[in-house]
Amino acid sequence: MADVYLDNAATTPLVPSVLQCMTDALARVYGNPSSVHRKGLEAERAVSGARRQVAQALGAEPGDVIFTSGGTEANGLAILGAARARQRRRRHIITGKTEHSSVLNACRLLEEEGFAVTYVPVDKNGRITAADVLAHLRDDTALVSLMWVNNELGTVHPVADIAAAVKARSPETLVHVDGVQALGKLPINVKELPIDLLSVSAHKIHGPKGVGALWIRPGVRIVSLLGGGTQERGLRPGTENVPGIIGFGAAAEAAAADLPQAAARMARLRERLWEGIQARVPWAVRNTPADPDLCAPHILNVSFPGLKGEVLVHSLAEAGIYVSTGSACSSRRTGHSHVLTALGLADDVAGGALRLSLSRLTTEEDVDTAAAHIGTVAVELAELVRG
Amino acid sequence: MEPLLLIRYGEIGLKGKNRHLFEEQLARNVRAALGDAWPGRVWRAYGRLFVQLEDPAHVPAALERLQRVFGIVAVSPARPVALTIEAIGDAAVEMVSAQDLSRPRTFRVQARRPNKKFPLTSQEINERIGGRLLRAFPQLKVDLTNPELVVSVEVREQGAYVYLDQVPGPGGLPVGVSSQALLLLSGGIDSPVAGWMALKRGIRLHAIHYHSPPFTSERSLDKVKDLARVLAQWGGPLPLHVVRFTEIQKELRRQTPPALMITLMRRFMLRIAVQKAQEVGALALVTGESVGQVASQTLENMAVINAVTTMPILRPLVGFDKQEIVERAEAIGTYPISILPYEDCCTIFVPEHPATRPQLAEVEAAEAPLDVEGLVQEALAGIETVTITADD
Repeated sequence: MADVYLDNAATTPLVPSVLQCMTDALARVYGNPSSVHRKGLEAERAVSGARRQVAQALGAEPGDVIFTSGGTEANGLAILGAARARQRRRRHIITGKTEHSSVLNACRLLEEEGFAVTYVPVDKNGRITAADVLAHLRDDTALVSLMWVNNELGTVHPVADIAAAVKARSPETLVHVDGVQALGKLPINVKELPIDLLSVSAHKIHGPKGVGALWIRPGVRIVSLLGGGTQERGLRPGTENVPGIIGFGAAAEAAAADLPQAAARMARLRERLWEGIQARVPWAVRNTPADPDLCAPHILNVSFPGLKGEVLVHSLAEAGIYVSTGSACSSRRTGHSHVLTALGLADDVAGGALRLSLSRLTTEEDVDTAAAHIGTVAVELAELVRG
Repeated sequence: MEPLLLIRYGEIGLKGKNRHLFEEQLARNVRAALGDAWPGRVWRAYGRLFVQLEDPAHVPAALERLQRVFGIVAVSPARPVALTIEAIGDAAVEMVSAQDLSRPRTFRVQARRPNKKFPLTSQEINERIGGRLLRAFPQLKVDLTNPELVVSVEVREQGAYVYLDQVPGPGGLPVGVSSQALLLLSGGIDSPVAGWMALKRGIRLHAIHYHSPPFTSERSLDKVKDLARVLAQWGGPLPLHVVRFTEIQKELRRQTPPALMITLMRRFMLRIAVQKAQEVGALALVTGESVGQVASQTLENMAVINAVTTMPILRPLVGFDKQEIVERAEAIGTYPISILPYEDCCTIFVPEHPATRPQLAEVEAAEAPLDVEGLVQEALAGIETVTITADD
């Protein structure tokens, strides 16, 4: 049984180079970066090195990068921290209907605190445009928070255009971008983006779980969510996850090193996967935009109308093919994905969706094997279900 | 002093000449429930079971364990004393002094005297000990009908015992005295409760579960194992037989009318269960069915499903409302597991309008194109058995 892992949008395996740095760090770099002695200094230097590596991957200055416990915390810190810092004068937030649950739930918290939140709908590609956002912009809009790449569909939102339009109309409104699925897949340079906050996560780029980062434009003030020490400029108090941060640094550097080639290869394999599925299951429906400019290279969302996505996932797992129905953070819940629902898909199409997600480790053989199994399983189940 | 627990049991005492069998089983179950974690000595005497623990710190955990041993009516931490009224009085005073006496309390003394050589009658013991406690504690007042404190005294051959608190046990019969049955265990709310009710009548259980990969997930199977683990806390190790049911469902889907799907599935489940039961020496099946709860549980359906076997099918929930089952499941500890989302092998391929009044002839005709025996044998051959224990 060939193991083919196509659930990289959920999480990715560690690459050996990252594992090696982390093993060394766990064994040797045990000091607390806040300690004044040499062991502390050694840990502080290691964290600073990783901060430079992550900053470089974002086109940022190291001093503007705050390490967090992951993408969820980075999103929470950006949204809650920015909104609460502005709540006297600005009490309106704009976000999208297809955002990650960590963004949606942070916005729900703000609603409980008295903020008004506008959830902007998406078009048939799952996309939000600058005009959509401007239509909802108010004098008291504190923050616009949008994802760069949708985690279920792979749809790329034109965040640079949106941010530019928002800033042109309302320079005081902050723009936060959830870049968790963009890192390692799209070129990122915060110097060329008129945004204020950017969230990223290590484990989506072959780094460890439990570490992420928030980039904060110099001069932008946000408030901490926790009381504690002065680590990470006081914005993220608590002793640093030193081995995790070191692993993140190594993973970010590796991802940035061959980004254009890796992205092109993933995009090519993604299309090969789609063609392989389409050839075997002509009635399969592609939910990821077909236009390569509108989608990130690593995600293919396909529906098999009439089948249950979960059953497909289990069947494929028996054959050693690991995929998912939608976002891993919501797939244990019942009911259809909020993203596919926002696209306006019919119930049987939304219920039969699979998310296949690639990484830069994915090979041609992987996608061919996966396409063959997906074809067999979908055809078999369809015969059974249709009786 | 090593702590002593006095265990009272109920129905066992009524069973005449089989009594010693029941008592031995209860003693074994008590030993098993305490296991190696709370070592102690267990012995029987005069309609009581005694547990001497090695470590006083073990008492709370041991009491909690014993509350799940069927057959036990109550457990009390007891003080053993010499066979004199003075010693009994001293112990009673000492134990009562540990109670909250900051406000007036009512009490009574309840003596039993199986040892007729003891010079005082039960009534005399009550009066003497009661008098002594009243003199020692002016806050106390006698109330024979509804006292706050009951000071129990038991006078036996080797000595006397004094105890205050009684932790209630679950009652019923010790598991193992009533032979074996096979429980049809799903991931839902009902079947674990049905299993618990069978355990309560002293039945030793095996469980059988039908799962349908890829239509049901490994997580659903884990959930069933979690439910079996709770039952094992009540009834000891539980062999769980996992049947791969997918092929049969596929065949039914291909060859039989959708409206009869559930009825036919249940008939196959029973056939498999009956054969497995015979193989492991179980004399009956236990199910969580309750009349009329869902379309497949009409009496008509039950009759048609039941027609595949003459083995007794125990349906302990038949007289319960859903709310009563839920309350019982909460008390047993299975409810929070049962309500986790899972895919039931019965809910896939379920027709929109299942037949509620199928006729036996119609159902048998529907099965005609199937190799019933072959499918059953194939399913039996594929069974994987795991024994689930309380501490896994």
